[in-house]
Amino acid sequence: MSQPTNQQRRAFLAEVTGVAAATVVAPGVLLQSVANAAPRDTAVTDDVRYGMLIDTTKCADGCSDCVSACDKENGLDLMEKPEGASDELWEMQRPRWIRQVKLRNNLTGRVTSLPMMCQHCEKPPCVDVCPTGASFRRADGIVMVDRHTCIGCRYCMMACPYNARSFIHENVQLKTTATPRGKGCVESCNLCVQRRDNGGTTTACQDACKHGAIVFGDLKDPNSAVSQAMAKYPTVQIRADLQLNTGVRYTDV
Amino acid sequence: MNKIHYREWGIESPRYWGLLAVLAAIVGVGGFATLYMEHEGHWVTGMTNQIVWGTPHVFAIFLIVAASGALNVASIGSVFGQKMYKPLARLSGLMAITLLVGGLIVLVLDLGQPSRLIVAMTTYNFKSIFAWNIYLYVGFMAIVAVYLFTMMERKANRFSHGVGVFAFVWRLALTTGTGSIFGFLVARQGYDAAIMAPMFIIMSFAYGLALYLLVLMFTFDSDERPLGDAVLRRLKNLLGVFVAAVFYFTVVYHLTNLYGTENHAFEAFILRDGGVYTWTFWIGWVLLGMLAPMGILFHPALGMQRGSIAIAALLVVLGGLSAIYVIVIGGQAFPLNMFPGHTIIESGYFDGVNGVARHYSPSLPEFLLGIGGFALALLVTFIGVRLLQFLPTSLADDVADTQQAK
Repeated sequence: MSQPTNQQRRAFLAEVTGVAAATVVAPGVLLQSVANAAPRDTAVTDDVRYGMLIDTTKCADGCSDCVSACDKENGLDLMEKPEGASDELWEMQRPRWIRQVKLRNNLTGRVTSLPMMCQHCEKPPCVDVCPTGASFRRADGIVMVDRHTCIGCRYCMMACPYNARSFIHENVQLKTTATPRGKGCVESCNLCVQRRDNGGTTTACQDACKHGAIVFGDLKDPNSAVSQAMAKYPTVQIRADLQLNTGVRYTDV
Repeated sequence: MNKIHYREWGIESPRYWGLLAVLAAIVGVGGFATLYMEHEGHWVTGMTNQIVWGTPHVFAIFLIVAASGALNVASIGSVFGQKMYKPLARLSGLMAITLLVGGLIVLVLDLGQPSRLIVAMTTYNFKSIFAWNIYLYVGFMAIVAVYLFTMMERKANRFSHGVGVFAFVWRLALTTGTGSIFGFLVARQGYDAAIMAPMFIIMSFAYGLALYLLVLMFTFDSDERPLGDAVLRRLKNLLGVFVAAVFYFTVVYHLTNLYGTENHAFEAFILRDGGVYTWTFWIGWVLLGMLAPMGILFHPALGMQRGSIAIAALLVVLGGLSAIYVIVIGGQAFPLNMFPGHTIIESGYFDGVNGVARHYSPSLPEFLLGIGGFALALLVTFIGVRLLQFLPTSLADDVADTQQAK
């Protein structure tokens, strides 16, 4: 009588062990295969340096298509004003990766419109000051924030010469899978890094600009559109005096 | 024989527990304010993407700066051999630790992700002065704790001088690190100045000593311990000299800025057109924080009265908070100078259109968190002096004179 029971128990244990092992290992195997399948399995190299040229002569006054496109691409339009927050304060607290700025030359009175965003410096002050290294520069020149190690000290925001960074002031209800975000971390334009890692060749703001004022590409490739355009027009860096060697350049400022 | 004796703070129990209860209540309110801010996020504060460091930073930086300054009294005794300061040293060391704890707590609780403190303690970017400061602050507490031990344990007394020198050098590095947080910010007109580091050091001398004097007078008076004129006169004169030094650095900082045309707009903002920042600068930092205390401390009659000395010390503290407010908030409120030679006439994100300053109104929770840090520092100080022998039984003139003559 005892023999069959033992055999049953053995069979049962074997079955349980098998199921348990499958439960633990299978997702890992699955994830592994998913990870391997994506083109992002190779490390980013400095063979490329991503950058942009903004042709301010083409940037239209009053147009904010690049801003809307960025908001949509990076889920910034999903952010809602917290209940009870004042409209005025919320406008100053909501994240914004790209913005329109209009300038007047103090001497000549000439007016220029341009979009401002993270300038993707070669020597970014935000990376220098970050205590944990969460603010970092990828080998391909993209400056971004590691949301796992950002402690929310905002020192990078103090250091950025371009007011390019945003702090997430509220609980996040909705977000895109490509741009996860959470309360208490800092973020900024990352040149649509999700597109870079998935083989895309453009940024959302570039796609949205019907005036062709934004040219994105590899600054190291002499044949890229951005390099060709930069070779053709005189360009400037914003706050060139800081010698940060920005990846975003402007014409006619 | 006038050997210095130390004894635990002996005020009556109801008074002691009452004091602790009041301070604990303030700490508790600060704690609740923190929970509220952390639960909701920073939108409930006055901080924005333009003014990223608000009122908590003002309190935190003030306390951290004052902490290193509070150690000065001990340093004067054991590093510079001024015997009269020896009996004052233990309280000085204790306050150096408690003020630092109060300041750091405020700083940490205002992080966007305070729960990631462990990340800050384990993942470093050594190009960041913040990363260095983590070592400088934690190291400071450890060194001062050892320093206190060498002072309080007779067998370890002989190491006191050596440890004291080390602690003194360390505190200079610490305050340099705190000043450099601003000194290294190349992008902002109000910062990016090497003078920030020495200015913070001299500020720490003044603010730390002012808080030290207040606590010393309060603990002695409430416990009816004799506090002679000799000690008090020495300390208040020292405070006067430190405040004068802050005055000097303030003048040099602004004069240097005024010389360079590129800083004229910033100087006009702080000194003339900045509204609340201009008022805080002139009334808080300069008048209440420097001129009034100097006037009192060096006045032949007022400078001798205990009440007025306490008021002067209190004014130095208020002036210090004003100074840090102007530096931290005023420095951010002035718009970034992104396009020299141009005026921004429209902006989608608060770039200082037509040079208008960025907006900031401190919120109540921020203020409560800051005050909570202050209360915590005092709470721990009072518990310390009650439990351990930090306070000499007497600082009467004969005791002080004997010490001086040794």
